[in-house]
Amino acid sequence: MAWARRILRVNLTEGTCKHEPLNMEWAMKYLGQRGLATKYLAEEIDPKVDPLSPDNKMIMATGPLTGTAASTAGRYSVITKGALTGAIACSNSGGFFGNEMKNAGYDMIIFEGRSPKPVYLMVQDDDARLMDASGYWGKSVWDTEEGIKAAHGDPQIRVASVGVSAEKGVLFACVVNDMHRAAGRSGVGTVMASKNLKAVAIRGTKGVNVDDYPAFAKAVTDGKAVLAENAVTGQGLPAFGTQVLMNVINEMGALPTRNHTSVQFEGAKDISAEAMAEPRRSDGKPNLVRNAACFGCTIACGRISTIDRTHFTVAERPQYHGASGGLEYEAAWALGAATGVNDLDALTFANFICNEQGFDPISFGATVGAAMEMYETGVLTKEQTGGLELNWGNAKALTDLAELTGRGEGFGAEIGLGSKRLCAKYGKPELSMSVKGQEFPAYDSRGIQGMGLTYATSNRGACHLRSYTVSSEVLGIPEKTDPLVTEGKAGLVRAFQDATAAVDSSGLCIFTTFAWTLEDIAPQVNAACEGDWSAEKLLEAGERTWNLERQFNIDAGFSGADDTLPSRLLKDAAKVGPAEGKVNGLDQMLPEYYEIRGWTADGVPSNETLSRLQL
Amino acid sequence: MQKSLNIDPGKCTGCLQCELACSYDNEGVFNPSKSRIKVFNFETEGRFVPYTCTQCDEAWCMHACPVDAISVDAATGAKVVSDALCVGCKVCTIACPFGTVNYNTATGKVIKCDLCGGAPECAKACPTDAITFVDANWTGLEKMRAWAARTDSGATASA
Repeated sequence: MAWARRILRVNLTEGTCKHEPLNMEWAMKYLGQRGLATKYLAEEIDPKVDPLSPDNKMIMATGPLTGTAASTAGRYSVITKGALTGAIACSNSGGFFGNEMKNAGYDMIIFEGRSPKPVYLMVQDDDARLMDASGYWGKSVWDTEEGIKAAHGDPQIRVASVGVSAEKGVLFACVVNDMHRAAGRSGVGTVMASKNLKAVAIRGTKGVNVDDYPAFAKAVTDGKAVLAENAVTGQGLPAFGTQVLMNVINEMGALPTRNHTSVQFEGAKDISAEAMAEPRRSDGKPNLVRNAACFGCTIACGRISTIDRTHFTVAERPQYHGASGGLEYEAAWALGAATGVNDLDALTFANFICNEQGFDPISFGATVGAAMEMYETGVLTKEQTGGLELNWGNAKALTDLAELTGRGEGFGAEIGLGSKRLCAKYGKPELSMSVKGQEFPAYDSRGIQGMGLTYATSNRGACHLRSYTVSSEVLGIPEKTDPLVTEGKAGLVRAFQDATAAVDSSGLCIFTTFAWTLEDIAPQVNAACEGDWSAEKLLEAGERTWNLERQFNIDAGFSGADDTLPSRLLKDAAKVGPAEGKVNGLDQMLPEYYEIRGWTADGVPSNETLSRLQL
Repeated sequence: MQKSLNIDPGKCTGCLQCELACSYDNEGVFNPSKSRIKVFNFETEGRFVPYTCTQCDEAWCMHACPVDAISVDAATGAKVVSDALCVGCKVCTIACPFGTVNYNTATGKVIKCDLCGGAPECAKACPTDAITFVDANWTGLEKMRAWAARTDSGATASA
């Protein structure tokens, strides 16, 4: 019952919108969202397809719990072949768009082909139609969202759109909904723009049901109590957001600094959660206005921030004086530590621009870091950067590049290639801190060993959200492991990967797993959905999804040779902090990981594994 | 003791659990578009404000209704719409100064908060106590207590 049991298929080439029933046989095996949409994509496209060609498809998918009262149950994902990586991409977003899509009566919207001219999809329950978007092409996410609501005279419409960066081919563009929530990574927004699809606007009024309401109400109430009583989800995240990590990770010598040339940043305290709460000199107000929740979320880790009105970025521009989405840890790290910039207002401004023009602050900041290293070492010259002085810590260069990248202009267009292509272009491929073309997030795998295996084996390229072993290695969730050793990490990574794939297929937010295990989640899924959804079955669905993604990538041309890290992390030891002298011990973890996975020594799922998982 | 909904927007995170609970109790599905309480997001101010019927004593909606479809629940003080009597004329939606009575095109009737018969689901669902259900005569009590705590205690130095 929690599924809408209906798909909207939009053929952009033909300009058609058709309803079709959800494949419930697949839903029983993959649950929803990430897993189920990956199944559809793998069945419907050739994995070797050019991500930006009309033959690629893009799926927006909710989970069965999306739109229900389970805590955090407002998620949707964008599943496609990633523009940045050429690998399977699944980017997950919160906000309120996923709930609206489910309330309109759709588990998924599948986009295929390419429209001959810019369009947006307008959905009002059963009515779905493509509308002319020529007036919005060239406009930011913020202007597009406001414009569509105004044009339809309905402020309750929810909009997901792409900004100018995506239109201009920036390879790490996002799909942004509700002004500042994003399906952020792997260039899913670039794929959307390549289809001449500017926005998806939805108003849903049909409602979402569950299979067994009394059991669901109890399971959901129990789950909320667990979140409220947990120190991370009940106190740390609401008060400090994910930024609670900045000083912690820096102290343990795992904060990648200046393109991973160091593992500790002397300016960490200036860009931390504590700094965001500090009253500023100019007006006595802190950067942080308040915390905010996505749909149905009882944690509320979101940051709402303002920029100091006297700061150089906004002094002459009152349109940026209002509050908007503030810095999360990954963004603060990428825009700050990765570039050596410790100016909190500059980081907040760059983050606003990432939201306004729809591009991933992680890949952006990390790529700027790589460009700065090339500039500092004389590989890049001022002539090549269009006059920008890309020295470490140059806040003005960072914010100028954010605006240029947002418009796909000047050297910003080169930053928009991502670090892999940029560094290769200037003859320094080893300076790209990435896996499968996607930049690392904010944890140095020399100081947190399990994250090295996490990154190397992530199906969507370097990412913390595929197996967040930081939970175990730093926070002790579900149990503490030593971040500096490789023993036991293969099993840990596998367990996190499978559980995460299950959570990402449910409609829930992965942040619940700071407090919840699958034993807390299973009763909620089981009460909402037909079928017998135990923790074991969820884990199996997660493992099935992981292997399906892996198989997609192998068919796309990836192999075990791509399960690696840049030599800097494997050969250059950390010079400071608790991890001093350490490199990442990937070679000690990877063979064991393949074995535990039931894959060959080359990293290919064995026939036995595939048949066990009914693949 | 009669009770009132008491809303403290400063505590609201905008999660919409109140809208989910309200819509399920009234409609039997999770459907914020049919909620009797709405949370407004003042984006550039970083403010979330839940808003619903305040159950006016001399209720404009009740007095305006030409068919007496709105009556007072003696136990809770709520102004309650009788679906059996409501003809969907919408005069109450015009009369209400606060906009908290609205027409539902799906049923042809108006919908408004009825305090769930004395145990409002929105207050139960709110994770931050932004919505509470308190003594109708003392809705200001917690605010008074907070200010009282900030006043000079008057304790004299005894040294």
